[in-house]
Amino acid sequence: MYRYIIKRVLWLFPILLGVTFIVFTILYLSPGDAASLILGEQATQESLEALRNQLGLNDPFLVQFFRYAGDVFLRFDLGRSYINNREVLGEILQRLPNTILLASLSITFAALAGIPLGVIAAKKPNTAVDNGVMALALFGVSMPTFWQSLILIIIFSLTLGWFPSGGFSNPNQWVLPVIALSTASIGNIARITRSSMIDVLDQDYIRTARSKGLSKKKVVNSHALRNALIPVVTVIGLQFGALMGGAVLTESVFSINGLGVLMVNSIRTRDIMVVQGSVLFVAFMFSIVNLIVDILYSFIDPRIRAQYK
Amino acid sequence: MSLLEVRELQTYFDTRRGVVKAVDGISFTLESGKGLGIVGESGSGKSQTAMSIIQLFQHNQRIAGGSIMFDGRQISDYTDSQLEAIRGNEISIIFQEPMSSLNPVFTVSKQLCEVLITHQNMSSEDAKAKAYEMLKAVKIDQPERVLKSYPHQLSGGMSQRVMIAMALSCNPKLLIADEPTTALDVIIQAEILKLMNELKEKLNTAILFITHDLGVVSKMVDNVVVMHGGKIVESAPVKVLFKSAKHPYTKRLIAAFLKTDIRRANEGETLDFFEAENDQYDFQQFRDRGVADDDFYQVSAGHMIACRLKKK
Ligand SMILES: Nc1ncnc2c1ncn2[C@@H]1O[C@H](COP(=O)(O)OP(=O)(O)OP(=O)(O)O)[C@@H](O)[C@H]1O
Ligand SMILES: [Mg+2]
Repeated sequence: MYRYIIKRVLWLFPILLGVTFIVFTILYLSPGDAASLILGEQATQESLEALRNQLGLNDPFLVQFFRYAGDVFLRFDLGRSYINNREVLGEILQRLPNTILLASLSITFAALAGIPLGVIAAKKPNTAVDNGVMALALFGVSMPTFWQSLILIIIFSLTLGWFPSGGFSNPNQWVLPVIALSTASIGNIARITRSSMIDVLDQDYIRTARSKGLSKKKVVNSHALRNALIPVVTVIGLQFGALMGGAVLTESVFSINGLGVLMVNSIRTRDIMVVQGSVLFVAFMFSIVNLIVDILYSFIDPRIRAQYK
Repeated sequence: MSLLEVRELQTYFDTRRGVVKAVDGISFTLESGKGLGIVGESGSGKSQTAMSIIQLFQHNQRIAGGSIMFDGRQISDYTDSQLEAIRGNEISIIFQEPMSSLNPVFTVSKQLCEVLITHQNMSSEDAKAKAYEMLKAVKIDQPERVLKSYPHQLSGGMSQRVMIAMALSCNPKLLIADEPTTALDVIIQAEILKLMNELKEKLNTAILFITHDLGVVSKMVDNVVVMHGGKIVESAPVKVLFKSAKHPYTKRLIAAFLKTDIRRANEGETLDFFEAENDQYDFQQFRDRGVADDDFYQVSAGHMIACRLKKK
């Protein structure tokens, strides 16, 4: 088990190196010049050229790439912004708590609501209860997050005045963005829980559990749910990863200073170093979440644990 | 009073394409400590008969008529929680596929102890001790190790032994065995059957043994009922059945088992046995010897054959 975890952690390096290469290449090929970005429109040819040389922008592609990768992987240095000369890593870490808090609260809420909904639907497949829950789930999945955020603000903030419409510093401000961000995940989790659960409830060992005289509740919540959980955990992991880097719209609407906003702003201002750094960072977080999900599998299912030796 | 008395039992499935009569009015009795076999081809309703006794039903399944008396109680009318108190406690069941019948995510120990804790109010210490004892009773080597194992670490034969241990741990009055050895190889099969016979004697448990293997049934039970299309076509003491089966369906079943060429000519076509039974037998000849009820004629003591189409 430990060997497996160590192996997986070591695998992070080549994966992230690959991601770095792809991101770096795309930004290298995209139009825009760092020197003119720093010095402004009025700069002379000579000063631009001098700065390019100083930044190493005239070096061959591979030299530039390995210099960047070396900084990132050996010194954990993501460079400095071309716009305001701040440390990229610092910029990211400053916004990270908001993003992580928003993503964690949302995914927790989504799991706490989505799993029971899926179980309720699976217990009575193709009945009114099931159809109702699944219609709700579909609604949640298909409702655009930004639209929903606006509706939530209009109803609960502007009209009823229950919650503030922006900021993220106290729990009162968490409610609306977490709801907005979790509805789609609730729907996804409910749907996958339902289908996985229906499969499991049909298995021979569930019949055995019932034949032992266990109560329905125990059969479902202990014997079935544990087995149904693998695909559910997968989806939760993927959703969590997506929330990590993809909460841009929610962050903007609710004026939350998080990673999503940082990324969008840096793309708008062509702040290449920040774009590069934050994409890499999100990829890193995504890999970590995936690793945690894989480790969770082995806790859920002993057959998977046996393979990890 | 018999331990189990099934009267005119009907078990139906409500499907999109109408009602499926999986069990269609069958009656039989089983005395405590005895063995009763149910034989018949695939789809004849054997498993659904077994499932009906403890109402281990699917969503669309129900008892549509008849009654089941167990130990003096009409359990066909029982509520879910009343049934839960009986399942695994007074009536246990083991199934055909031992490998998939144990929950893959729990240890053998947890799955064994669960029954004891549920029905006998045992502490988890006592339950563990009893589970160990049960594994020894079903002749598992190294019970200590097996208790800690997960089902995927066990062979089919070991899994079935664990299932038997689980089924017998509360000392049930009735054990239902639904083709318990079909999925096992011949040698393991023989061992499991021997074990079941030993435990049945020791614990005085009645067995309802379901199989389509006539060879197996002769070793396990005292009486046999033959099912076809959700109905009983013949019932008799096991020796009588082999020696002097009367019903054409039973005869064909025995012939198929003995692999003789009788009826080879008929193979492939679906024979209407209920028609055949009327063509081949003049049931009136049995009338004098005593009519059991409207649908069955008694050939000799304990030997009945169906003749329901005669009435139409
Ligand atoms: N879920 C279901 N829905 C509808 N009909 C069903 C369902 N399960 C079983 N049946 C019907 O019940 C009949 C009896 O099935 P049963 O499982 O009792 O057969 P069996 O005698 O045990 O056969 P086998 O030897 O294959 O186990 C089948 O012919 C089938 O048509
Ligand atoms: Mg069957």
